[in-house]
Amino acid sequence: MATDADFRTRLQDWLPRLVLAPSFAVTLLFVYGFILFTIVLSFTGSKMLPRFTWVGFENYEKLFALPAWNTAITNIAIFASLYIVICTVIGLMLAIFLDQKIRGEGMLRPIYLYPMALSFIVTGTAWKWFLDPGIGLQNIMRQWGWESFSFTWIKDSDMAIYTIVLAAVWQTSGFVMAMFLAGLRGIDNEILKAAQIDGASNWQLYRRIVIPLLRPAFLSAFVILSHLAIKSYDLVVALTGGGPGRATEMPATFMYSYTFTRNQMGIGASSAVIMLMTIAAIMVPYLYAELKEKKA
Amino acid sequence: MRRLSISTTMALMLSTGAVLAEPSVEVMHFWTSGGEAAALGAVRDKVVAGGVAWADAPIAGGGGDAAKTALQARIASGNPPAAMLMLGQNILDWAAEGMLGNVDALAAREGWDAALPQAVQDFTKVDGHYVSVPTNVHRTDMIWASKAAFDKIGAPYPTTWEDLNALAPRFLEAGIIPLAHGGQAWQEAYMFEAVALGVGGAELYRKALIELDDATLRGPDMVKVFDQMAALRGMVDDNFSGRDWNLASAMVINGEAAMQIMGDWAKGEFTNAGKSPGDDYACIPVPKSAGDGFVYLVNSLSLFTQEDPDMIKGQEVLASAIMDPEVQVAFNLAKGAIPARTDIDLAAMDACAQATSAALATNDAGGTAVPTFAGTHAANASVVGAATDAVTTFFNSDMSASDGATALADAIAAAK
Repeated sequence: MATDADFRTRLQDWLPRLVLAPSFAVTLLFVYGFILFTIVLSFTGSKMLPRFTWVGFENYEKLFALPAWNTAITNIAIFASLYIVICTVIGLMLAIFLDQKIRGEGMLRPIYLYPMALSFIVTGTAWKWFLDPGIGLQNIMRQWGWESFSFTWIKDSDMAIYTIVLAAVWQTSGFVMAMFLAGLRGIDNEILKAAQIDGASNWQLYRRIVIPLLRPAFLSAFVILSHLAIKSYDLVVALTGGGPGRATEMPATFMYSYTFTRNQMGIGASSAVIMLMTIAAIMVPYLYAELKEKKA
Repeated sequence: MRRLSISTTMALMLSTGAVLAEPSVEVMHFWTSGGEAAALGAVRDKVVAGGVAWADAPIAGGGGDAAKTALQARIASGNPPAAMLMLGQNILDWAAEGMLGNVDALAAREGWDAALPQAVQDFTKVDGHYVSVPTNVHRTDMIWASKAAFDKIGAPYPTTWEDLNALAPRFLEAGIIPLAHGGQAWQEAYMFEAVALGVGGAELYRKALIELDDATLRGPDMVKVFDQMAALRGMVDDNFSGRDWNLASAMVINGEAAMQIMGDWAKGEFTNAGKSPGDDYACIPVPKSAGDGFVYLVNSLSLFTQEDPDMIKGQEVLASAIMDPEVQVAFNLAKGAIPARTDIDLAAMDACAQATSAALATNDAGGTAVPTFAGTHAANASVVGAATDAVTTFFNSDMSASDGATALADAIAAAK
């Protein structure tokens, strides 16, 4: 009997590890293994196939001398900052408005959330048609009689990047709203009542109590939005195809074209490493703060 | 009963074994549009008739980019396809990697050297070995003109750049878009090479886009090429950017626009719309200011080295089928290109194809046939990619011609 119990305890000990082992091994190889492989490749002169001829930092030097990469960096800076800020602001506002115990909230919430259920390809294609001056908004407005109406951002090299922001914000702000809404529902009503008794106005209530209490929600929103921004590929491909010209090139589209279609695997790999480092620069402090909080 | 089932099983096993031992050929390609698939069907029928099983491996998307990625994965896993549709420098690259086999014996037996123009041999015969089998040749420096639009303003088709530039305001006055253009990077690259040959001539084209000579790229003749590109930039409608090439062809087909500069694959769009050359539209070469010229693109199936004798047999049958004169004609009737062989009767083909084929023969003899740059024949993918970036940036901005030429030279110098 004793050995039986012993076996059961041991099994209970080992079972979770056994069950997790395959997925752990697969993740180790296919995620971390290939990250290492990419880093190695970025220091080699690989062109069409992986080749292990060391070239040091040459790929990185070439990368930062490329005008296309500079365009990509500028674009991601514009896109990421606008996307994150606008999504957060709209998401927060929607959440606060929906949190006013309004009628039909159950119906409104999914309406805002549903764009998230679409893939970026669908969003991109739909917005491409909508923004196309020949068939979309501009055309409709002119048919309705507003002859001077003009909205040609998507065909304009300087403005096209903002159409990507527009489509991406439309897609994700509902999701951010859901995160904030969950945060709002988690706030203790007692605190709000106490503040109201103390004579706090609605504005003060939100500014001094509710928004500070939403800090964890802000953090999660920021992390999710920033990694969505950095890996944005499908939306760009569907919406502008990197055009007009190369005006909406992003690091992810750059990485794909250099690695797989232009036989410059080394440079492609180095751009992927730069992207990884950018994400790490955002994620590591966040994870560090999270873990520290748990210990305390 | 049991014995019967065992013997049936064994018979089945034997027959499966027999199927496996049959010569077969796996063909990886990106010919997925209607005309292209029909064209490949002509080859397939001949191969199957030769007793070889045909394994079709189409990979759609991105003008072959997706297929290229898939090929890299197949090679990396040590399982290359028997034959793969590849373009230009890619063939030379894979040959340099030592991945391609050859059909020299067959080529010698069937006399390919005499049948194929030098232009085609440059991209199928590497170091004296036929590593690739050409199905067709495309001409990329073509103008597709709407007869209705030209009739409306009562003008003849342009034969010089001056004529062409002078037509633009007249078309605009008549409410016709002078130039239908799809503003995607690769289309601008094809337009650029047509203008480079047309304005600068074969000599400039060779020095600048094949030898990648820096002084030529920064020279005054290149600025003239960009001047003409700037003139063309003024002839497109406001809504050109991002448009697919076949939509631009449709604008010419329905008379909304007068001309399109596009490779001769555009003919398929006109044919499918029920238009005939001469009556409804004209296919004319891009004007040539500095001597005759012809930009060609060779489509060919490259043969990857195989160990299995059945597979090698399959490759031979495939190669022989592709080079069969009847298959070449049937293939190109469907694809809208011209046969790679210049020694066969083209009576079955339309006036456009006959004229193009004749032009290939004269330009090949005169040394003025140049390989396509945009289609990565003249230079490798990294140079073409960088140059395409520069050209498309120029075409989508109001950059001056000299700045454009400098940007192109810088981009090519960095990618070389």
